[in-house]
This record gives sequence, structure tokens and C-alpha cells, in this order.
Amino acid sequence: MTLTAETDLQSFVLLRLGDRRFAVMANQIAELVAPSRIFRFPHRTSEVEGVILRRGRIVPVCDVAEKLIGKGLKSRRFYLIAQRHYGSQTEWVALPVTGDCELINAEMTLPSDTDAPHVSGWLSHAGDVIEVLNLAALTPGPSEIAPTLAPLPQQEARP
Amino acid sequence: MRPLSPTKSPAARTEQIILFRVSGQIFAVSSASVQEVRGIDSLSGAAKEMSHPALRKVKHFVRRGENSVYVVNAAMHFGLPPAPPALVFVLRRTRTALLIDGIEKMTSMSRLQALPLAYCHEERNWYRGLTALDQTVVPVIKPDGFLTPDELFLLDASLAQEADAETNRQADQDQHDSSIAQ
Repeated sequence: MTLTAETDLQSFVLLRLGDRRFAVMANQIAELVAPSRIFRFPHRTSEVEGVILRRGRIVPVCDVAEKLIGKGLKSRRFYLIAQRHYGSQTEWVALPVTGDCELINAEMTLPSDTDAPHVSGWLSHAGDVIEVLNLAALTPGPSEIAPTLAPLPQQEARP
Repeated sequence: MRPLSPTKSPAARTEQIILFRVSGQIFAVSSASVQEVRGIDSLSGAAKEMSHPALRKVKHFVRRGENSVYVVNAAMHFGLPPAPPALVFVLRRTRTALLIDGIEKMTSMSRLQALPLAYCHEERNWYRGLTALDQTVVPVIKPDGFLTPDELFLLDASLAQEADAETNRQADQDQHDSSIAQ
């Protein structure tokens, strides 16, 4: 392997949704956890199911299967907790997945103009061509957040 | 020489909250935001009916001095199944009274987490944030989030229109009465 090829390799986490696999850049992943109780309360953001409590943080659960495979998940094996960037802020979001996740090193091909906004690139791995997900396009959030106007990430307001 | 008193870590600041129920869902509100808690029966004498096609969650109002306080059905506001309300919260520094099912308990919260940014629609105006209590998560409502300035304007305009219509009706009646007397 040449030095050039080695430096092009990046780490990705492969996740499974039904029969399909997708990838997220490994540096965006916080952890993989077993499903826990979802707390639900009224809201109008249909992509968010509710929240889970994780390490003292309240983390929204976003089921991205509907957008990616055309149907919601009936069962889930883990929550992949990923970092979602909102402008200069970062928050955790929990993505339900249906199978084991895998850490791989691969070279990413950049997306073309015709790819969907949620595709930030492509990987070739074990005979499959796998979409690398752009979480900012896939999970809900305010359309634009000016860095100076946005509240602090995971701010714990004290009364 | 007097021994040094043991140093105490500063007590965590807490906020008194009221946990209340609406259609089986638990919400929290700061106790400081609740001016009065009344039974629904005590409201029936003072409240007058009103209706606005765009605001079905408001069916009554109460006159308080110069202002009208609008009675908001919390279940309808949050899109929850209807449930018979039993109590009314008159919310401080707002023109809102809130119909709720009942009070769960009073407690305190030490941390209020901002609503995650993944929630990006109307709910951002409904909640101050979320708090974790006894391993559950409870949304903490924003007292001024039940009626927007535009909604208040609509309701005020609707009442003013009704008042004008009533004044005109009264003037017509008076004219009619005086013509009969002559």
C-alpha cells in the first residue's frame, strides 16, 4: 500500500437498516447503546420519536429508516448515538438501527450532483456500494442557525 | 482559637415546579408562573363564551380589569385527545388561563436542559426545555407559549367586534323603545 492510499483511508461505522447498510463517519459517532425507554411528549416534528436519557443527557431519537429505506422500523437492536452539527453547535441524536454495527477503514468517493442531499459520499466494501450519510440533511433541525444567535449546545439552563 | 467551620459546597439552585396532567401526559410549569389555581366550577360564573374559527382551543375568556384573559384548552393546544378538564391555571404575566386535568405533585428541578434542536417546529415555542425527574423526562412549559401575539390580536379583535355589534344592537333597541314611547 502506498503512503498516498493510506492517507486517503478514513474510518466509518456501518449500520444496518433492514436489508441495507449505510455508513457514517466514525468521528461523528459517540456510542452504540441498547434500546432504552423512549419518553414522548407532544410536538410537531414528525421525524423525532421522543427522547432517551443517556449519561445524564436528554437525546432525541430520530428514525431515519423512513427516509432511507421507505419504511419505519418495527424492531430495533441498538441506538447509534451520533453527533449532529447545527451550525457551530453539536448535539447528540440517537439513530435506531436493526443490526450490529461495524467499524471499517475505507476510501470515500465524493458524491455527484445527482445524489440525494443525505449522501455525503460512497464506499465500496465487501462487494457492496454503501452510502455515507450526511446527518445534517437526514435528521431534522432548524433550517439555518446563525452561530452568534444559536443557544449553546446541550445547555443546561439553571433556574 | 475557634476551629474553622467546615466548608460547605454551595447548594444546587433549584426551581419549584408543579407537575400537572393533560390527557394522561405529564407536564411541568414553574410554580412562580402560576398566579392562581382554580376549580373549573369557580370559573363558570366569571367566564364568558367566545369562539374564533381559527382558534378552537379558546372557548372562554374572563375579564380582568382592562384586559381579557383567554382560557386555553391545553389538550387541544398540544393536539392530545380531549379529556374533561378539572382545574384552571391562571398564568402570571400572561393573558392565558390553562385548562388542565389535574395536578400530579409539586416538586423541584435542579436542571433544565434546552429542547434539543432536532425539535424544530411549534414545540420550540411551547417549552422552556426538558427536565429529568426520577428517571423520566418531563417537558417544562413556557407560560407565554400558548397564545402568540398574532393569536392574541385575533382574539382581541374578535371580542372588540362582538362588543361593537352588542353596542349597535343596544342602540337599535333603545331607538325602537323610544319610538314606541312617543
